Amino acid sequence: MATTALDQRHAPAAAHGEKTGLWSWITTVDHKRIGILYGSTAFFFFLLGGLEALLIRVQLARADNNFIDPDTYNQLFTMHGTTMIFLGIMPLSSMFFNFMIPLLIGARDVAFPRLNAFSYWVFLLGGLFLNASFLFGAAPDTGWYGYANLTSRQFSPGPNVDFWNMGLQILGVASLAAAVNFFVTIVNMRAPGMTMMRMPMFVWMSFITQVLLLLAFPVIAVALILLMFDRFFGTHYFVPAGGGDPLLWQHFFWIFGHPEVYILILPAFGIISEVLPVFSRKPLFGYAAMVFSGVFIAFLGFGVWSHHMFTTGMGPIADTFFSLSTMLIAIPTGVKIFNWMGTMWYGSLQFRTPMYFAVGFIAMFIIGGLSGVMHAPPPADLQQNDTYFIVAHFHYVMFGGSIFGLVAGGYYWWPKMFGRMLDERLGKLHFWLMLIGFNLTFFPMHFVGLNGMPRRTYTYPKELGFEMLNQIETVGSFILGLSFLVFLINIIKTSRLPRNAPADPWNGATLEWTIPSPPQEWNFDKAPSVQGRDPLWELKRLNGGPLPEPPLTSGAGIHLPNPSYWPLISAIGVTSLFVAIMMLPKWGPAGIVVAVALLFFGIYNWLFEKGYSEFRTPSHGGH
Amino acid sequence: MSDHAHALETSTGLDSRKLAIWTFIGSECMFFATLISNYLVNKGRSLVGPFAHEPWTDPATGKVLEPIIEIPLVTVGTALLLFSSLFVVLALYGAQKGNRKMLLGWLAATLLCGMFFVGMQVYEFTHFVHKGLTLQRNMFGASFFILTGFHGTHVTIGVIWLATMFYLALRRKLPPERSLNLEMAALYWHFVDVVWIVIFPVVYLIR
Repeated sequence: MATTALDQRHAPAAAHGEKTGLWSWITTVDHKRIGILYGSTAFFFFLLGGLEALLIRVQLARADNNFIDPDTYNQLFTMHGTTMIFLGIMPLSSMFFNFMIPLLIGARDVAFPRLNAFSYWVFLLGGLFLNASFLFGAAPDTGWYGYANLTSRQFSPGPNVDFWNMGLQILGVASLAAAVNFFVTIVNMRAPGMTMMRMPMFVWMSFITQVLLLLAFPVIAVALILLMFDRFFGTHYFVPAGGGDPLLWQHFFWIFGHPEVYILILPAFGIISEVLPVFSRKPLFGYAAMVFSGVFIAFLGFGVWSHHMFTTGMGPIADTFFSLSTMLIAIPTGVKIFNWMGTMWYGSLQFRTPMYFAVGFIAMFIIGGLSGVMHAPPPADLQQNDTYFIVAHFHYVMFGGSIFGLVAGGYYWWPKMFGRMLDERLGKLHFWLMLIGFNLTFFPMHFVGLNGMPRRTYTYPKELGFEMLNQIETVGSFILGLSFLVFLINIIKTSRLPRNAPADPWNGATLEWTIPSPPQEWNFDKAPSVQGRDPLWELKRLNGGPLPEPPLTSGAGIHLPNPSYWPLISAIGVTSLFVAIMMLPKWGPAGIVVAVALLFFGIYNWLFEKGYSEFRTPSHGGH
Repeated sequence: MSDHAHALETSTGLDSRKLAIWTFIGSECMFFATLISNYLVNKGRSLVGPFAHEPWTDPATGKVLEPIIEIPLVTVGTALLLFSSLFVVLALYGAQKGNRKMLLGWLAATLLCGMFFVGMQVYEFTHFVHKGLTLQRNMFGASFFILTGFHGTHVTIGVIWLATMFYLALRRKLPPERSLNLEMAALYWHFVDVVWIVIFPVVYLIR
C-alpha cells in the first residue's frame, strides 16, 4: 500500500527528514504507519485464510468428493482457523489499536514507539514462518487448538506441529509486547481532561482486550513450552504412557482460548459503539453500563473455559459450574445489545456504509449469541459438540460479529487513515453481498450440524442427505468471497481519486475528526483539552455549527522519535530463536546461540541508540 | 536530562516505563501461575522414582534410596536471594542520592547473591541428574526442572540486567536523575524473589 505514504502536501518541515520510500517504512516508529502495515499485512493473511476456506467448501460441495485428500484437508482447516484468528482478526484489530487509540485519546504516539514497531515485525515474521510450512508440504494439521495426544511425536512425527507450536509462540511475543504498550498508552497518554470515564468506547474495549492479552497469553506460552519439551526433550506432560495427562492440555489451552474469543470480539464491540452514535446523531446509550458490562465479560471469560470440554466427562459439579458461568455471560452481552439498540432508538439514523455493517453486526451477533447459549447446557452440548452446529455458532460470532465490526470500522475510519472516501455504492454492494453470502454459507450449517454432520471430516457419504445444504453453503461462500472482491475494487478505484476527504466527513464526536485527514505525523499540534465524552460534538455545539477545516501546519518545534531499525533486528532475533529450536537436535544448539546473540545485539543497540536518551519515551505534551 | 521532565507529563504522573514494568510483571504472574499449577498437578503422577519427599526403590538394583530433595543448600540460596532484594533497595537508595560508593557496593552484593543462586541451581540440577532424576525420568522430574529452570532463567536475566546497570554505574552513566533505570531492574528483581517465595515452600517444604 505504497500509495498511502504521506504525499508532498503533508510532508513536514525538512527537520523531520525523508519520509518516503521502503527504508522509511522499515524504520518507521509512527503509530499510524505501523497501523497501516498491520492492516495491509493482516488483510493479506485474511484473504489467504479465505482462500483456504473456499478450497474446503469446494471439497464439501459434493458427497464422497476427492478434490482434496484427507491430509491436505486437515492442513487446510487447521491453517484456516489459525490464520483467521492469529493473522486475520487479531492484527486487523491491532490496525485500529495502532492507528486510532492515540488519535482517540489525543496523544502524539503510543507510549513506546519502537516497541510498537517491534510488535509489528515479530507478527509479520511469525505469520510468514507459520505459512512457510506450506512450502515444506508440512502445514499444521491438528486443528487450531492442537489437542494432545494428536500433537505428540508418536502421532505427529513430522514438523507440522512444530511449525504451529513455534509460530504461535512467535505471535504471542508480538501480542504481549503490543499489550504492554497499549495498556500503558491508554493509562498514561490521555490528553488533559480525558478521564477514564470520558474515553471513547473503542478505547475502553481495547483497554479490556489488552488486559485479557496480558493475562491469557502467558498460559498458552507455558502450554506450548510444555508441548515443545514433550516433542523435543522426551518429557511426558501430555503422554499418558509416561504418567502425563492429555486433558491438562485442554485445560491450559482453553484457559487461554476462551479469553481469546473475547480478545477477538471486544474490539469489534468498541468499533460498533463508535459508529452507531455518530450515525444515529445521539450519544452512546448507557455509557457506564457499556464499560462495566465489558469488564464483566472479560472477568467471566476466565471462568468458563471448561464449557469447551463438557464431552471429556468432568463430572456433574464442574459441568454445572461451567454451564452456569457460561449462561451468565449472556447478561452483560445482552446489556450491550440493548444499549446499542437504545442508541439507535429515536435517533436520526443516517444509513451510510459503516452504519449498514454496524446494524448487520448487531443482527448477526444476536444469532451467534443465541446459538452459543444453546450449547451452554451440557446435555445439549454433548449432542452438538464437534458438529457443524458449533462451526455455525462460532462463525456467527467471529465473522458475523468480529469481521462485520472490523469492516464497519474500516469504512468509518478509511477517510481518516488515507484521506479518501470509499465509494458508497460499492460499499453497500459489499454489504449486501457479504450479508447474503455469509448467511447462505453459515445458516444451513446449523441444520446439517444438528443432523449430525461432524466438523473436520474431509467428506461425507451421499446417503446422509447433507449434500444439498452443503452445496448452498458452497455457493454462499463464493458470494462471500465476491463481496471482498468488491471491497478491493472499491479500494483500487478510490485510490486514484484525489485525496480530498474532509477532516470530519461523518459529523463525528471524537478527537480524531478534529485533525486533517490523514493526520500529520505529529497528530495534534498541541494536546487537546477534553471537557466531556463527545468532545467534538461539544465543540461544534459551542461553535453553533460545523468547525472550519483544520489547517495543515509545519510542525516546527515538535519533537518526534527518530526512525529505528533495531526493532526489526530484535524481531529477527526472536524469530530465529524459535526457528533454531525447530532445528533441534542437529543444527539447533548452534542456531540458538546465534539467535540469542542476535537478540541481545538488537536489544542492547535499541536501548543505547543514539538520538534516544537511554530508555527515553517521548512526551505527549505539546511544545 | 530534560527528557525526564517530559516523561513525567503523563495522565497518572507515573513514568510510562515504570508502569510498563508493572504491567509486564502482572503478565508474568500468569506465566508462573501456570508453571506452578503444572507442578502441583504432575508431581504425584510419577510412575517411577526418584520422588521429592518419599524414599524410592531403584528398579534396576532393588535398593531403597533416600528422597531426592535436600533442603539445606537451597535454604542458603533462598536466604541470599531474599537478602539481595534488600541489597538492591540500598543500591537504588545510593543511586537516588548520588552516593556512588553505596550504589556500586550494594549492587555488587546483589549481583553476587544472584550469581550464587544461579550457581546453586546449576549444582543442584547436576546433582539430581547424577542421582537419576532427569526431565524424562518421571513427572516429578519434568515438572520440577521446568518450574525451577524457568525461575532460574529469570534470575539469570535479572543478573544480566543488573550487571548492565553496574557497568553503567562504573562508567558514571547512572546519575540520580536516571536512577529510574535501576529502579526498573530492581522491580523485576523483587518480582523474581517473590515468585521464589512461592516456589520454595511449594517444591521443597510442602510434602
